[in-house]
Amino acid sequence: MDPKAFSAPDYYLLDDVLSSEHIMVRDAARSWVNKAIIPIIDEHAQNATFPKQVIGGLAEIGAFGPMIPENYGGAGLDYISYGLLMQEIERGDSGIRSTASVQSSLVMYPIYAYGTEAQKKHFLPKLASGEYMGAFGLTEPNHGSNPGGMETKFKDQGDHYLLNGAKMWISNAPFADVAVVWAKDENGRIHGLLVERGMEGFTTPETHNKWSLRASATGELHFDNVKIPKKNLLPGKNGLSAPLHCLDSARYGISWGAIGAAMDCYDTALRYAKERMQFGKPIAAFQLQQKKLAEMVTEITKAQLLAHRLGQLKNKGKASSAMISMAKRNNVAMALQVARESRQILGAMGISGEFSIMRHMMNLESVVTYEGTHDIHLLITGADITGIPAFK
Amino acid sequence: MKILVCISNVPDTTSKINFTDGDTKFDTNGVQFVINPNDEFGLTRAMWFKEKQGATVHIATVGDASVEPTMRKALAIGADEGIRIDAVPTDGYFVATQLAEVIKKGAYDLVIAGRESIDYNGGMVPGILAAMLGMNFVNTCISLEVEGSTATAVREIDGGKEKVSTSLPLIIGGQKGLVEESDLKIPNMRGIMMARKKALNVVPASDSNPLTKDQTFEKPAAKGPVKLVDAGNVAELVSLLHNEAKVI
Repeated sequence: MDPKAFSAPDYYLLDDVLSSEHIMVRDAARSWVNKAIIPIIDEHAQNATFPKQVIGGLAEIGAFGPMIPENYGGAGLDYISYGLLMQEIERGDSGIRSTASVQSSLVMYPIYAYGTEAQKKHFLPKLASGEYMGAFGLTEPNHGSNPGGMETKFKDQGDHYLLNGAKMWISNAPFADVAVVWAKDENGRIHGLLVERGMEGFTTPETHNKWSLRASATGELHFDNVKIPKKNLLPGKNGLSAPLHCLDSARYGISWGAIGAAMDCYDTALRYAKERMQFGKPIAAFQLQQKKLAEMVTEITKAQLLAHRLGQLKNKGKASSAMISMAKRNNVAMALQVARESRQILGAMGISGEFSIMRHMMNLESVVTYEGTHDIHLLITGADITGIPAFK
Repeated sequence: MKILVCISNVPDTTSKINFTDGDTKFDTNGVQFVINPNDEFGLTRAMWFKEKQGATVHIATVGDASVEPTMRKALAIGADEGIRIDAVPTDGYFVATQLAEVIKKGAYDLVIAGRESIDYNGGMVPGILAAMLGMNFVNTCISLEVEGSTATAVREIDGGKEKVSTSLPLIIGGQKGLVEESDLKIPNMRGIMMARKKALNVVPASDSNPLTKDQTFEKPAAKGPVKLVDAGNVAELVSLLHNEAKVI
């Protein structure tokens, strides 16, 4: 479908509460996605290739570190702008949004928040311009929902650290120039290390045969006695809360991004339902199709309100991890449901690469799992309201 | 080189057009406004002069405060400074007289206006401006180069193109061809943030009155049903065109 014909659902007139600057950010990102992502994304998803040519465009539009201050190469935007950017990029594809999320929230953010001035000056402008691409290593083969059990370790060797272990399901790993890797010291305390491509013993094998995020490069990070210069340790924060704070920022972006995928599915289904004739009338005239569409726009509207309020709280520094968990869980599940219902409205056409729905649906199966699974986020809410963590 | 790009704030072409107050006013409810496309081609060309030849680029718009988001977008794309003439734009004469004051005060070498705005399609403003200010003028301009104080422009004429050379100060009525659609710039996040800090000066309207007044607006009649005529039945087609459509 013609991307320019896209009409974003705004049932509760949320544009009225956005500033003209927010709208400019949103519209700029939407125009860029129409031009740079939508025309090429199906072919890359079908062929399971990452469209490396979009890196320059993502950097140019300012999708790498939009909330990082300008003196480090970012744009210094607020969190609602960041959310709107993620929403629009994910309308194109969750995989491309993942690349931008990882770079911004999981690589640039920890360097900005926990790094030395030298680390910030060296890495942040290069990451903002796309000269460097980054990856974030937390998940391990045996430790997904329980990252605190990680086995990746480093030892102090006097003039350097020696790093051993492995990380998996790492976005951007195959081409990353630098990875923010979380590993335990000899006392079992978690620290962040900047591992750079070319360091001896550091390899990044690609993960193949995915049915989801096919246009995103996913891989592993292997560390076999990698010598890490001491200047590459992030000194600002340690313990499990350090990587979890990064995840707060990324999960916040996902709660907006999922809305973008849902909006694209809903708009496609609405347009299709009004054009597709059966029994002498458009299928949009039938009650069961109207039920699907009406429920979709209701759920999208609720998700938009949730994300917008969360953005206001994030701007004021009042968004807790549990609040972010609620929005990530709700909005991704919402998007997945909208994708599935939209697919049904399109009938057989819904499985075709001519339309974006099936690609969004498959992507969202990853999004509902990564950055905290659907179930774990529910337990985070449970722990928050009862004071009793059920996952420990 | 000091350039002024005149920018109109116009409804996006996908907008649904409605009127209010007994069909005397355009209903702006739910309408998204954008930079007039002919002006955006000119703005993009001005950005080229800025990047390659160190030009300074100002923008000017006649409008109330509601036009400022469109102006901020032009600043986010890279214009250096904006001037908003605080008046509701009416006819081409009124808009041109307002812009003329700004152009006189700013001593611009090059004024780029769109050939026409896509809302009322008057196509008068650049020509009236040139006459009022006694500036050289190239309308329907599809290419523009400037070397020192000499400009070489190509304009579209019936059935072809005409290449002209002229000198600054110059005003052009620009359109697609100055740059192509693929050259149009999407503002980036840093540009949007920088636009926040750029000057957008509001100047009062000068003393002039429109020469025309809108009476009523009317939408074209809705299209009627289509009659299909069998390919072999030419006589019926001729009869319908003659008796019903009355076109032959």
